[in-house]
Amino acid sequence: MTSTTQSLGAGPGADAQATLLRFATAGSVDDGKSTLVGRLLHDSKSVLTDQLEAVERASLTRGQEGPDLALLTDGLRAEREQGITIDVAYRYFATARRRFILADTPGHVQYTRNMVTGASTAELAVVLVDARNGVVEQTRRHAAVAALLRVPHVVLAVNKMDLVDYAEPVFAAIAEEFTGYAASMGVPDVTAIPISALAGDNVVEPSSHMDWYGGPTVLEHLETVPVSHDLAGCPPRFPVQYVIRPQSAEHPDYRGYAGRIASGMFRVGDAVTVLPSGRTTTVAGIDALGEPVDSAWAPQSVTLLLADDLDVSRGDLIAPAADAPPIGQDVRATVCHLHERPLRIGERVLLKHGTRTVKALVKELPYRIDLSHGLAHQDLPERLEVNDIGTVVLRTAEPLPMDPYAVSRLTGSFLLIDPADGATLTAGMAGEAFAAPAGAQAPAGAGADDGGWDF
Amino acid sequence: MTTTVAHPEATGSPYALTHLDALESEAVHIFREVAGEFERPVILFSGGKDSIVMLHLALKAFAPAPVPFALLHVDTGHNFPEVLDFRDRTVAAHSLRLHVAKVQDYIDDGRLRERPDGTRNPLQTVPLTDAIRELRFDAVFGGGRRDEEKARAKERVFSLRDEFSQWDPRRQRPELWSLYNGRHAPGEHVRVFPLSNWTELDVWQYIARERIELPRIYFAHEREVFARNGMWLTPGEWGGPRDGEPVQTRLVRYRTVGDMSCTGAVDSDATTLEAVIAEIAASRLTERGATRADDKLSEAAMEDRKREGYF
Repeated sequence: MTSTTQSLGAGPGADAQATLLRFATAGSVDDGKSTLVGRLLHDSKSVLTDQLEAVERASLTRGQEGPDLALLTDGLRAEREQGITIDVAYRYFATARRRFILADTPGHVQYTRNMVTGASTAELAVVLVDARNGVVEQTRRHAAVAALLRVPHVVLAVNKMDLVDYAEPVFAAIAEEFTGYAASMGVPDVTAIPISALAGDNVVEPSSHMDWYGGPTVLEHLETVPVSHDLAGCPPRFPVQYVIRPQSAEHPDYRGYAGRIASGMFRVGDAVTVLPSGRTTTVAGIDALGEPVDSAWAPQSVTLLLADDLDVSRGDLIAPAADAPPIGQDVRATVCHLHERPLRIGERVLLKHGTRTVKALVKELPYRIDLSHGLAHQDLPERLEVNDIGTVVLRTAEPLPMDPYAVSRLTGSFLLIDPADGATLTAGMAGEAFAAPAGAQAPAGAGADDGGWDF
Repeated sequence: MTTTVAHPEATGSPYALTHLDALESEAVHIFREVAGEFERPVILFSGGKDSIVMLHLALKAFAPAPVPFALLHVDTGHNFPEVLDFRDRTVAAHSLRLHVAKVQDYIDDGRLRERPDGTRNPLQTVPLTDAIRELRFDAVFGGGRRDEEKARAKERVFSLRDEFSQWDPRRQRPELWSLYNGRHAPGEHVRVFPLSNWTELDVWQYIARERIELPRIYFAHEREVFARNGMWLTPGEWGGPRDGEPVQTRLVRYRTVGDMSCTGAVDSDATTLEAVIAEIAASRLTERGATRADDKLSEAAMEDRKREGYF
């Protein structure tokens, strides 16, 4: 425990070798999310004097007595005027061990799409619960979104323990109910922590009020949770972004395929196939931003050189010849609709998958999921409204190499775009929504053979 | 292996990237996305550290080919001579194409008027948006970071601007995974921020790791300065000092580089990269709080300028 204090003592002068953790917070209005975020920022010395002074000035102008820490996070004029949070904001803080990018997702009306946005890049989600209220509808929705987006780690922060006399049975009951619910949707890893964000119990410093709790504080857990993914379980995927051809005197024949490895590892000598053409060749070389290397892995940006002179361009996908994704023009996916304009059957859209954008037609809307009531299905909805989560069947104009989202968060995800004005309409995840959907006949833990989720 | 792998014990995996490698990889991905999707991108280049890091990343992203973008500098007419010199040497060293839009030209022919407070920073917006329109740029890279300011914390990596270059924070496109939507109508353009997720300290650590050269005013040096609004400003033709603002020689450095009228120096004895990094890590002020007068004009100064087309 002292190590946390020491690392904080080192302050945000964090080591250049530290790793990066992206995480998202979810919590409804009165759960104390702002207090928790404020405490993490403040206690990691990430709120600097001039920012605090600006908040104090603004609070005073509004006639408030003390500084309103919500003003630290509500950055826009309309947000301050209306006292609401409009949008996901990203915040940055650091300890000596790790740098953090926090997707601060507001708990208000446009709730689901904001959490989906924040969770799409998160490796960990913190779900806040008020100890007095326990698991409520909102909590189930948070858990469902984390499960849907397949965020690898979930933290249940049972807040306001000071208001329930720091009683262990209260915490244990909430933790058990939440963990059971999350497991039913296939969330592989839940860490439950009893906290008081206001009093500071178990956020950064261990609580002296809860001797019965032997686990990590929130910050300690954030600092130590593994950020890397099990590469052995991930099929290598390389979406070609851009063809580098200097055609200079020094590099007359250089033809490199630039991209960011979406998953897995590539080695010089690997037999690969280029999709959708299906032609095969081997990896002749890998340049890691100008330097040749023998191997590279996700999420490195590199340039692949191929042994044969194939026709490869932006939008193609390079994968191992023996482990390529399925190719097809029919996509069945779970989607979150993001735009006020609803999504209807028969609509013509653009589908952006990796580095490729193709035309697509919305063929069917098999069902809509109600996250608030135990994942009830509404069959054959007429359309998906903003914040709706449902299943969509699409027909694409060209074949796409698409993995199930369960296999890869990057090669299994896509956007639907309005061809008329370019608006981002819908976020899509190929395949079924949950690892073990509620109501499935399989006994709990049946999916454990897969070893959880691999990204 | 050029990529530094953190010690397995610290990260749980030999494959975890360090935070600098992760940020670098993300920024390179953003540069390549723009190269793949747009017709006429341009990099805003001021000679300041963030734009220098941007250019360095662009050079790495397309190596061994040259950077497929031109540079654009909005010259307020009140730039530090050391920085203009650095700008021109950089452009020559990499055989780049530089466009310069000059605030002074606009003042000279009456299209813009000097402000009573003498600062020209807000005046940059008009020459910038004119240059984007006249030269038909459809993607404009900026070095803005979300940690700089709370309006910027809400900024997307790809930020759509209308034909007036306006930013509407309520109509931003949601941005998920690393799928950036660059669709835009003719006349519209997209501002792109590859350093969105970097902090000031990340930028300095990366500069140190990559041994990137910077204008010397970022390091402590003796300079004639005078105090105004709690900042050390450099005297010059831009309009300082006034009566009652005595000039003195101090050991200072700059944390940001911008218009001389509103960019302040900080007292510092940090003459090396290591000393600068140690100083920033210990500082209790943000870089803008320490050195930018224009952000203090109102609570929403940055947001208001961004709405009009500023970065």
